[in-house]
This record gives sequence, structure tokens and C-alpha cells, in this order.
Amino acid sequence: MRKSLAWMMGAGSFLGLASSTLANGWNMPVGVTDVSREIYSLHMTIFWICVVIGIVVFGVMFYSLFRYRRSRGAKSANFHENTSVEVVWTAIPLLILVGMALPATATLKRMYDPSEAELDVMVTGQQWRWHYEYLGEDVSFTSSLSTPRSQVNGEEEKDENYLLDVDEPLVLPVGRKVRFLMTSDDVIHSWWVPDLAVKQDSIPGFVNENWVRIEEPGIYRGQCAELCGKDHAFMPIVVRAVEADEFDTWLAERQEAAAAEASGVDREWGMDELMERGEQVYGSICATCHQPDGSGAEPTFPALAGNEALLNDLDRHIDVVLNGVSGTPMAAYRGNLNPVELAAVITYERNAWGNESGDAVQPSEIQALLE
Amino acid sequence: MASNLPPKPTLEHSTAASGGLAHEHHERPRGIWRWLLTTNHKEIGTLYLVFSLVMFFIGGIFALVVRAELFQPGLQLVQPEFFNQMTTMHGLIMVFGAVMPSFVGLANWMVPLQVGAPDMALPRLNNFSFWLLPVAFTLLLSTLLMPGGGPDFGWTFYAPLSTTYAPPSTTFFILSLHMAGISSILGAINIIATILNLRAPGMRLMDMPLFVWTWLITAFLLIAVMPILAGVITMMLMDINFGTSFFNAAGGGDPVLFQHLFWFFGHPEVYIMILPAFGIVSAIIPTFARKPLFGYASMVYATASIAILSFLVWAHHMFVVGLPLVAELFFMFTTMLIAIPTGVKVFNWIATLFRGSITFETAMLFALSFVVLFTIGGFSGLMLAIAPADFQYHDTYFVVAHFHYVLVPGAIFAVMAGVYYWLPKWTGHYPDERLGRWHFWMSVIGVNLTFFPMHFSGLAGMPRRIPDYALQFADFNMVSSVGAFMFGVSQLLFVWGVIKCVRGGEKAPAKAWEGAEDLEWSVPSPAPLHTFETPPEFTPITH
Repeated sequence: MRKSLAWMMGAGSFLGLASSTLANGWNMPVGVTDVSREIYSLHMTIFWICVVIGIVVFGVMFYSLFRYRRSRGAKSANFHENTSVEVVWTAIPLLILVGMALPATATLKRMYDPSEAELDVMVTGQQWRWHYEYLGEDVSFTSSLSTPRSQVNGEEEKDENYLLDVDEPLVLPVGRKVRFLMTSDDVIHSWWVPDLAVKQDSIPGFVNENWVRIEEPGIYRGQCAELCGKDHAFMPIVVRAVEADEFDTWLAERQEAAAAEASGVDREWGMDELMERGEQVYGSICATCHQPDGSGAEPTFPALAGNEALLNDLDRHIDVVLNGVSGTPMAAYRGNLNPVELAAVITYERNAWGNESGDAVQPSEIQALLE
Repeated sequence: MASNLPPKPTLEHSTAASGGLAHEHHERPRGIWRWLLTTNHKEIGTLYLVFSLVMFFIGGIFALVVRAELFQPGLQLVQPEFFNQMTTMHGLIMVFGAVMPSFVGLANWMVPLQVGAPDMALPRLNNFSFWLLPVAFTLLLSTLLMPGGGPDFGWTFYAPLSTTYAPPSTTFFILSLHMAGISSILGAINIIATILNLRAPGMRLMDMPLFVWTWLITAFLLIAVMPILAGVITMMLMDINFGTSFFNAAGGGDPVLFQHLFWFFGHPEVYIMILPAFGIVSAIIPTFARKPLFGYASMVYATASIAILSFLVWAHHMFVVGLPLVAELFFMFTTMLIAIPTGVKVFNWIATLFRGSITFETAMLFALSFVVLFTIGGFSGLMLAIAPADFQYHDTYFVVAHFHYVLVPGAIFAVMAGVYYWLPKWTGHYPDERLGRWHFWMSVIGVNLTFFPMHFSGLAGMPRRIPDYALQFADFNMVSSVGAFMFGVSQLLFVWGVIKCVRGGEKAPAKAWEGAEDLEWSVPSPAPLHTFETPPEFTPITH
């Protein structure tokens, strides 16, 4: 008996500790938006309500267990009903719930109002990375995990942001209302950054809305929250929030770079530069399924090294990469990669790992097919 | 603590109306045929319980593979592909193979004894329902050896991960789930037929023990929702093999439809896994408090309310899939309402303890820890009901902590409490109290070490179903893994205790516990193969 009391007190102090050390990674982050703070306060309110109810209920229970032990000579009473008590303990929880539902409803309404956004970002989940497109700004890019596999496999020391680092973070302005449009190219993913209190499923065939107005510049990290296959743990989200003018400069630079890339479509590309660019694209887009050495993972992901069916049929190869293969995990990349990247990666796949087709696919050919 | 136990009733006092002795009308099959062909509710009950125990260990080993990999950050033991198969199979085996069959096993044994029936209403069907299960689960486990591996899309198998992107073995997974579903439906029909038709003369519905009541309601839930599961997995089967596009957006289908259908099955399913537990605890607490259950009628009404509400809350599993605001509000309010009947139950149990005369046998220890730990799971459930906050909780370890609190120290502790409570009736021997207490304390410490830190890792931002995690979650995961192995190993004590009790021990009289009142305690211990061949005299207990 005393053991169970001690145990309950232990659990109680554990709970107390939980709320007092909130900044130390024991509790929900307060976050850096209005909405995240409201959610945090709802969370703490309902938490304390539960603690108080718990103390009362378990208090009565453990008092009874202690006081009415047979070994202390307790004789049992015989009552088994009391209508007024039963009405009271039905009514009080109802009132508490109504009290809780009101602020929750207000917060939910705010969360559901993405109107008057100043910037729209299309977020597309892909196995296993995120694609971001600043709508109407001609800027888009893919953001993949940058933690090296050697750290995952324990061959190298894990750094501070292990599994929470990407090659290209999503850059957002502070103080502006940003609307997210979420969708997916393959399975369901969920875009979640705790500090922004945004978690929204990205679902193929659907476009979901959510929004954020970040108040402090900083780096905010999150992860995919919906099981999406083998590398679900390896598609983090990093948001770099910067001051509005810094954001405008960044966006202008990205627009220039995109324009420069587009102009490269028309010129003749050499084999070496295609291979170099292709290796880069392959590494960030294709290697998670088809493996860095092109060996694939049968039966779901076919090998590309020595794949005669593709090597003997260039048109088929281009078709697969551009349009995907329906009924399989192979997605269509015509919308995600630009003509240079598409041409380069196809060239790379046809000439790497002992594949010796000798084909150099030109960006202009791809451009023609896309039109 | 042993000195606190009351003197047990002696054999001389156990001359209560016995249900008649076993009559051997003809030679019974022996060996394997006895078990394959049996139509006896007690033997089938034993088969169910043994089967669920085996599944509990298999599912437990899968969980330990998961916990071993999560002991430290980085990938050490298994690759993500296999890790996903382990989390998925752990969930499927525990839900459909361990928890559900264990309750059906207890129902087979105890429902006829508690209502004064000679057997289940449909004994041959009973045999068939059971023997579907070993076939189904052998098939399910065999998928792990197939090319591409077994199911790896989580026990909730969301499309299109479970259709277009699934391993080839998924068709076998669907077939095995169909068989388990048919088994559940047939079992439920049998239980309803038994309860409604075979009650002892004079036993009205409102005289039935709560275990019978909760099972009656559970059986109706099963009949209502298992066909929906069957429908949704058949749609998956068509998408995978016959080119339909129910859930394939590229073909005009709707991945969110899958989730609506799944959770319309899935939410009543979680009550299927807890209502019989309420019934068991409602039998044990009055027995060892030596005081009638407080608020019998309100317990029945609360159970029925929970069952009805369970059909109106399914989309609280889907708060972040992009439902319209009105739907979010509706499901938030209905979900919060569930706290009321659930609260009534907890208050009733505590009011039963109040001014009782309490002893702490192993069955009672498990039942009391059920009340405390299930309530903690209820608290986190209430937090999860707050839709705005759920945007932060959803799909994190906070949710994992929540449903393991209601399922492990909830459903499974209740089953164990029931086993310790009814073992004297089944075997004629009392379970070893010392061993039982070791099992209890190891389990209760292990379960809290495992699942309590998950609240923190979840709130701090750790998503569920990941084989590797960021460094800030390392300490919580290490504690969880240590707790999981402690809990796992301590279940060997349970097996040892049960075997020991079957083989011998202090002899139990018909009424093995002095505070026990229901009809099962009027037949001898161990209960003979055939009981209540003539209906018993039933005098209602004051409820």
C-alpha cells in the first residue's frame, strides 16, 4: 500500500517537473506566432485542469484504499446508489468541458482563416523530400535531408542538428502573413514545424491550406509527421525566417538565378557538364529509391544499372522520368525539375555505373517535349 | 502484505448450488482432435486465451525490436524497411491477435457461467470462429518472409501507402484481416445470441453482471463496424489487383475517403478493446472491496453512451487532414463529451472503494492500477480532443503514450486482472500471490517507464513511426527502451504463474473469493466441463 502511494507521489512530481522545465525540451514549444502561443496556452490550461482533477480523484481513491483496508479492521458499508452525487459528478465535468470548448473554438476559427495572405507557398511532399514553390514568383526548389548517411550509420559523430538539416531551407519573411498550399506527389505526408504550430497533411489530389505569420527571425526545424514509407524519418523541414527586406533581396536573387538557368536550355550542353549536373540531381532526387549505385531495391524500385529495357529505348526512358509510371511509386518529374535538370539526370542514368549508351540528352530536346 | 489478506473461504462452505457433474455420454476425441473439434465453451475459451497469449508474446517481441532500435539515435540493428514492418505487425498482432481474442476467450469462459447457460448458443460456430484465427495469423506472419516483406504501412494502413506503394504481400494481409474480421463477427453473433436467449430464468437484463453487459454492447459494436473494415480492405484489394481507383487520386479516387472509412471502423474498435475491460474491473473491485458496485444502472447507461458516441467521433483522428471548420468543431465537441460517461465510470469505481473493506489480491492490484493508469490515458485523451492543440500533438509520441496507456495498463491489465480473478474457477487452485505481486509490480513499473517519457518526447516534437530521431529525444527513448524490456521480461512471470496454477496450488472452493457474488461462483472449482445443464435458481443481487 505504502509502495503505491509513494509511486503515485513520484508520478505527481514527474508531472510537476514536466511543466516547470518547459523550455528544456520536456514540453510543447511556445513557438513564435500568435497562433502557436494560443495553442500553447490551451495546452497548458487543459493540462492543469487534468492535474487538478487527477489530484482530487486519485486523492479520494488512495484515501479510500488506505482508510478502508480490511487489515485496519474496516467493515464494509452497503450503499450502492446516490442520485444527487451522480448528478453532480456528471454536471461538473460538463461545465468544465464547456469552459474548455469556448477558447478552443475561438483559436480554431483563427487558424482556419488564411485570408489576406501576402505570400503563397506551394508545399509538395515527395518520397522523401519537400518541394517548395513561391507562387507567382518563378522560384521553386527541392529541400532534402543533408545529414550524411555516415552519421546515420554511426561511422561519424552525429552533429547538433542530426536529421534536422536540409540542403536548402524554406526562406520566409518575418511579419508577413504566408499562406501554405499543401499537396503531395505520391503518398500522404504531413508538414510540421512545432515552433510555427503548423501541421498539415499533404495529400495527393488535394490542396490543403494553412498559414503562418512569424514574429521572430530564426531557424525553425520540423519533420514529416505522417508515415510515408521507408525514409519517413529522413525528410526534415527547415524554415529560415528573415526580415522582410532581406527576404525581398533573397527572392530577387533566386529569380535571377532561375532566369539564368532557363536561358541555358537553348545552348548545346557537353557530355561532361551534363554528367556533372546529372550526378547532383540524381543524388538529391533519385538515389533514395534507386540507390546511389543504381542497383535499385527490388521488387518495388527497379535497378537502373544494366537496365537493358531502358538503355535500348531512349524515348521510353525519357517518358518514364517525365511522366512517371502509373500504379507504381515512380512519380512524374516534369513539374518538379527544369529541362536542364531532366536532361542531365537522364544522361547521367544512361552513362553511369557501367551503363554505356553514350547518349547525351540535350535540354532543348526535353524543352520541346514539355511544350 | 501477505498478512493483510483475509482468510479464504474453506471448502466446507462451498456447497452452493453446483451446476451438475460432467456426464460422459460417449467417448470424447483425444489429443489434437479434442481441441480441433471441441464445441465446449470452456475449451474454446481456453483456446482463445492461449492463442492470445502466444500473439501477445509475438507482438511483444516485435515491439522489443522497435524499442531496441530506438535505444539510441542512429540505425544500429535494423533498416527502416524492416523497422516499418515491425511497428505495423506489432500493432496488427496486438490489436487483432492479442487484445480482441483475449476478451473473446474470457467471454467464452465466463458469459455462459455468469448468465447460467449450459454453453454458448451456437457451439459449432464457436469452434469455427476460433479456428479461423490461427489460420489468419499464420498467413499474416508469413508475409514477413515474402519478397518485399510484410505490411509496412502502419496498423492504420493509410492509402495510397498501403495500395499503390505497398509491398506485393499486401493481398495476403487483406485476406488474413478478412478472416480475423469474420471470426470477430461470428463470435459477436454468438455472444449476443447467448446473452439474449440463454439467461437463467428470472435474470432480467438489468440483473446481468457488468462483464456480460459490456460484452453485449461490445458485440453490437463488432457487428456494426467489422463489415466496414471488410469493405475498406476489399476496396484496397480492388485498387491493388483490379485497377480500380477508390483511393488513388490519379484515377479520380480519394485518399481521405480511406481514412473516414477506416476510422468509422477504428474508433468503435478502440472501445471494443476497452468496454469488456470495464466489465472485468466492475466485477473485481466490488469483490475485493466487499461492497456492491456503486451505480450499477449508471454503469450500464455510461457503457451504452460510450458505444453510441463512438460512432460520432471518428474524425478526431483526422484533425490535420484538412477537414472543414464545422467538421472540426463537431468532432471536437463530441469527443470531449466522451469524457463524461467515462468519468462516471471512474467515479463509480472509486465510490465502490469508499467505505469498503478492501484487500489487495493480485487481481485487485491489477484492477486498481487499471483505474489509475487508464484515467491517465483518459486525461491525455481529453487533451488530444482539443482540436487546436491536436495540431501539435497529432502523429507524435504523445499520441503513442496516450493509446498505450489505455491499451496496456488499460485493456491488457484488465485481462490479466480477469485471469488472476477467474483462475481459481478455471483450475481449482488459487494463483501464487507472491509470484502475482512480483508480476504486478514489475509490470506496473515497466509500463510507466516505457510510456510516461513518451509524453515528453512527443510534446518536444518527436514524430511517431520513425526508426531514427534527432539527438534531443535520446534520453527519453533510452528510458522507454529500458522500461519496455523490463515489462517484456516480467510477462514471463505471468506465464509461470499461470502454469503453476494449472498444475497445482492451494485448493479453491466454489466461491473462491468471499466477496464474489455472481453465478459463476456457484459451480464447483474447477468448473466441470458441463455446467448448468439444468438452469440454476437465480435470485437477483441488489443492484
